[in-house]
Amino acid sequence: MKGNRIIMGWFKKKSKQDRKTPSEQKTHKATEVFEEDETVTINMFQESDEGIPGYPAGFQSEPDSGFVRHLRKGLSKTREFLTTDIENLFKSGTTMEDLWEEIEERLITSDIGVQTTMDIMENISKKFPKISNPDQLKAVLKEEIISLLNTQTAAPEKATAKPHVVMIVGINGVGKTTTIGKLAAKSSDEGKKVLIAAADTFRAAAIEQLVIWAEKAGADIVRHRDNADPAAVAYDGVEAAVARGKDIVFVDTAGRLHTKISLMEELKKIRRALSKKIPDAPHEVLLVLDATTGQNALSQVRLFNNAIGVTGIALTKLDGTAKGGIVVSICSTFDIPLKYIGVGEQLEDLHDFDPALFADALF
Amino acid sequence: MFDNLSERLDSVFKKLKGHGKLKEKDVEDGLKEVRIALLEADVHYKVVKKFINDIKERALGQEVMKSLTPGQQVIKIVNDELTKLMGASHEDLNLSGPVPIPVMLVGLQGSGKTTTAGKLAVLMRKNGRKPYLVPADVYRPAAIKQLKKLGDQLDVPVFPSDAKKDPVKICREAVKKARKEGYDTLILDTAGRLHVDEELMTELVRIRDAVHPSDILLVADAMTGQDAVNIAKSYDEILDIGGVVLTKMDGDARGGAALSIKAVTGKPIKFIGVGEKLNQLEPFHPDRMASSILGMGDVLTFIEKAQSVVDEEQAAEIEKKLRKSQFTLEDFRDQMVQIRKMGSLTDLLNMIPGFSKNKQMKNLEVDERELVKIEAIINSMTPRERRQHTIINGSRRKRIARGSGTTVQDVNKLIKNYTQVMKMIKKINKGGMRGLGRGILPF
Ligand SMILES: Nc1nc2c(ncn2[C@@H]2O[C@H](COP(=O)(O)OP(=O)(O)OP(=O)(O)O)[C@@H](O)[C@H]2O)c(=O)[nH]1
Ligand SMILES: [Mg+2]
Repeated sequence: MKGNRIIMGWFKKKSKQDRKTPSEQKTHKATEVFEEDETVTINMFQESDEGIPGYPAGFQSEPDSGFVRHLRKGLSKTREFLTTDIENLFKSGTTMEDLWEEIEERLITSDIGVQTTMDIMENISKKFPKISNPDQLKAVLKEEIISLLNTQTAAPEKATAKPHVVMIVGINGVGKTTTIGKLAAKSSDEGKKVLIAAADTFRAAAIEQLVIWAEKAGADIVRHRDNADPAAVAYDGVEAAVARGKDIVFVDTAGRLHTKISLMEELKKIRRALSKKIPDAPHEVLLVLDATTGQNALSQVRLFNNAIGVTGIALTKLDGTAKGGIVVSICSTFDIPLKYIGVGEQLEDLHDFDPALFADALF
Repeated sequence: MFDNLSERLDSVFKKLKGHGKLKEKDVEDGLKEVRIALLEADVHYKVVKKFINDIKERALGQEVMKSLTPGQQVIKIVNDELTKLMGASHEDLNLSGPVPIPVMLVGLQGSGKTTTAGKLAVLMRKNGRKPYLVPADVYRPAAIKQLKKLGDQLDVPVFPSDAKKDPVKICREAVKKARKEGYDTLILDTAGRLHVDEELMTELVRIRDAVHPSDILLVADAMTGQDAVNIAKSYDEILDIGGVVLTKMDGDARGGAALSIKAVTGKPIKFIGVGEKLNQLEPFHPDRMASSILGMGDVLTFIEKAQSVVDEEQAAEIEKKLRKSQFTLEDFRDQMVQIRKMGSLTDLLNMIPGFSKNKQMKNLEVDERELVKIEAIINSMTPRERRQHTIINGSRRKRIARGSGTTVQDVNKLIKNYTQVMKMIKKINKGGMRGLGRGILPF
C-alpha cells in the first residue's frame, strides 16, 4: 500500500502538468518523439476471405463413441470451421514449415498456451523422423497431450467419510451452481443421500437457482437469507447433514475473481467453518473452470489453490466450440486432477474426465 | 510467466547499444517477443499473425530515438498500432429511434449479461433516462428472479416476465408496457446461449425483428481465449451486433479477446465491466486496453481514479512532504483513507506497470482488510509518535497494539513497512521515478 500512496502523489503532479488527451498523456514521452507517423491501416480478415479458423472440412477420426459424439454435438454445425484436416498436411506441396505452423496453430487455437505448445512441438520434433503419415502424427500428438494430462498422481477420491463434504469454488459465471445440480443428481442416482448448502448468499437469486437444482436432483438444501454469512450457512449445512445422516454435502459458493483478496479470505473462512464441525472437511475442493477461458485459467488455478487448496477441477461448457486446451497446461503445471467435464445445461450433461477422449476431441 | 513485455524486449535488445536505425534482425527478434506476449494475452493466432506482419514493415528502418531504447521503441510502435486497431475513441451506446428504445444484451452463458443489464440501467438513469429492465431468460433457473432483485435493489422497474412464456412475446409486451408507462429505454436481458445453438440463435433473431433494438451488445468475458473469434463472428453474422461489452476486466486477464473480437467483427467495444458492484461499468478506452494486452498495466485509469478522489490541495501538500521526505505516519493514515475511497487497492496496484515486477514492491502484500487494521494502529498512536516513528519502542508498541485491538507483530509490521516506504521515497527523490519502475513507466 505504501507504493500505491507514493505513486499517487507522484501521479498527481505528473498528471497535472501534462494533462492532455488520455492517449497523449500515456505515451507522453513517445509522442514528443514521433509526431506524425504515417498511418498503417490494419484490416484484419477483411481483404482475405479466409474465415477465422477456416479449415477444410472432411476430418474423420475413428468411429465416434457415443460420448465423443456428445462432446462434439455442438461442433457438428461448424465442423468445417474447426477441424484441421491433418491428412491434408501430408499432401504434396506442403512444406515442413507449413506443417509445423499448422500444428502450432492447432495447439495454440485450442488454448493450450504458448509455453506448452512449444514443449509439445519440441517433443514431437524429436520423434518426427519416425513419422511418415497423418495417422502417426495424430497419434503422436494425442499421446503427447495425454501424457501431459496424466502427470498428476490421480488417486481416485474415495468418499469414505460420512458425510463427504465437497466445496465448489470458481470465478463468476463458470457454472458452479449448475455443476452442483449435476453432481447432486449423480450422487442421488448412485443411491446416496445428498445435501446442498447454499453458501452463495451474495449474488441475486443464487439461492433460488440452487433450490430449483436441489429439487431436480432430489437433494436437501440448507439455506439462509440473502446476504447472510456464507460460513454460517456452510456450518449449518454440515451440521444438518450429520444430523440427517447424509452421505454427501455440496457447498455452493459465490463466484469471485481470484485476484480479490478479501473474497478469497472469505473462502478460507467458509473452509474453516466446515472443518469446525468435521475436522477433515472439506474432503474435496472442486474448482470449476469455463472451457471458453484462455490463459487466465492458469492464474485462477494458482490463486484458488494458494488460498484454499484445490483437490480437483471441473471443466464446463465443452459443448461449445472452445477446446479447453488450457487444462493441458494446468495438468502439466499443477498436481491437481481434472475430474469432470460439463457438456450442457441439463442434469445429465456431466462426465468423468477421460484424457484419451479429450485429446481425441482436440484433433 | 512472461508477464512483462518490456523486460523481455529489453533483454532481447541488450546487446544493441547506440541509436542507429532498427534493422531487420532487431525488429524480427523483438517482434517474436511481442508475438508471444499477444498470444499469452489470448489474442487469436491469426489475428496475431496478421498484426505482426503489418507491424514489421512499419518498424523497419525507424530511428531509435535518444530517449528510447530499441525495446521501448518497438513497444511504442506496437502500442500505437494496437490502439489504432481497437478504434479511435470511445463509442457510446446507440440510442436512436422512436421511444421507447430497446437495447438488447446477448452472449454466452455466464458472460455477465444480467449484471451488465443492471449496470446499464444505472448508467442510463444517470444520463436522465427512464430505463425498464426486461428479463427474457426463461431457461436458466431463477434468472428472471435475479434481474428482478437487481431492479428492486436499484429501484429500477422490471417487467414482470413469466418463465413459461416465449421470450419474443415477453419482449414485445415489455415494449408496449414501457410505452404505456412512460419508460424511454428498455434493457433486454436474454438467456445465455452458445453461438452454435441454431435454435436459440434463431430466437434472438426473432426478438430482434420483433422489437428492433437500436443497439445490440454482445456481452463477452475478458478472460475468453482463442474461441472469442468464433463467438464474436457467429453472433455478429447472425445478429449484426452494434458493439461489445467486455466483462470481468477487474481480474488479471490481459484481455486479448478484445483485439480478436474487434478484428473479426469490426464492431467497437463500448463498455468494460470492472467489478461486481452495479456502478462498475466504464467506457472503453482503446489505448488503455492496448497496454493491458501488452502486459504493461493501465496507468491512465489509475491516474484518473486517483484524481477523482484525491483532494488537489492535499495532494500538493503530500507531495511537498514526499519531496522533503517528511512523510509522517499521520500522512500515511490520511492517504490510506483516501485510497480506501478509491475502491479495491489490489485493482489499483495491478494497473501500475512494473509494479508486480518491482522487487521492493513484490513483498509488500496488499490486503484490503489490512487497511482497517493499519488505520486502527495509527489512530492508537500519540500525535508525537505519528510524527516521529523512531520513538516507538517496545513498550509503546505494546500499548499501541492493545489500544488498536491488534498484536505487537502487526504494529511491528506497519512500522517496518512505513520505514521501507520512506526508503523508497528517498530513492525516488534522488533518482526520480526511474529508480522505481526500471525505466518502463511511460511518463
Ligand atoms: N453450455 C453450457 N452451459 C453451462 C454449462 N455449465 C453451466 N452452464 C451455464 O452457464 C451459466 C452460468 O452457470 P451457473 O451454474 O449459474 O454459474 P455459477 O458459476 O454458479 O455462476 P455465479 O454463481 O453467478 O458465479 C448458466 O446459464 C448455466 O446454464 C455447460 O457445461 N455447458
Ligand atoms: Mg452460482
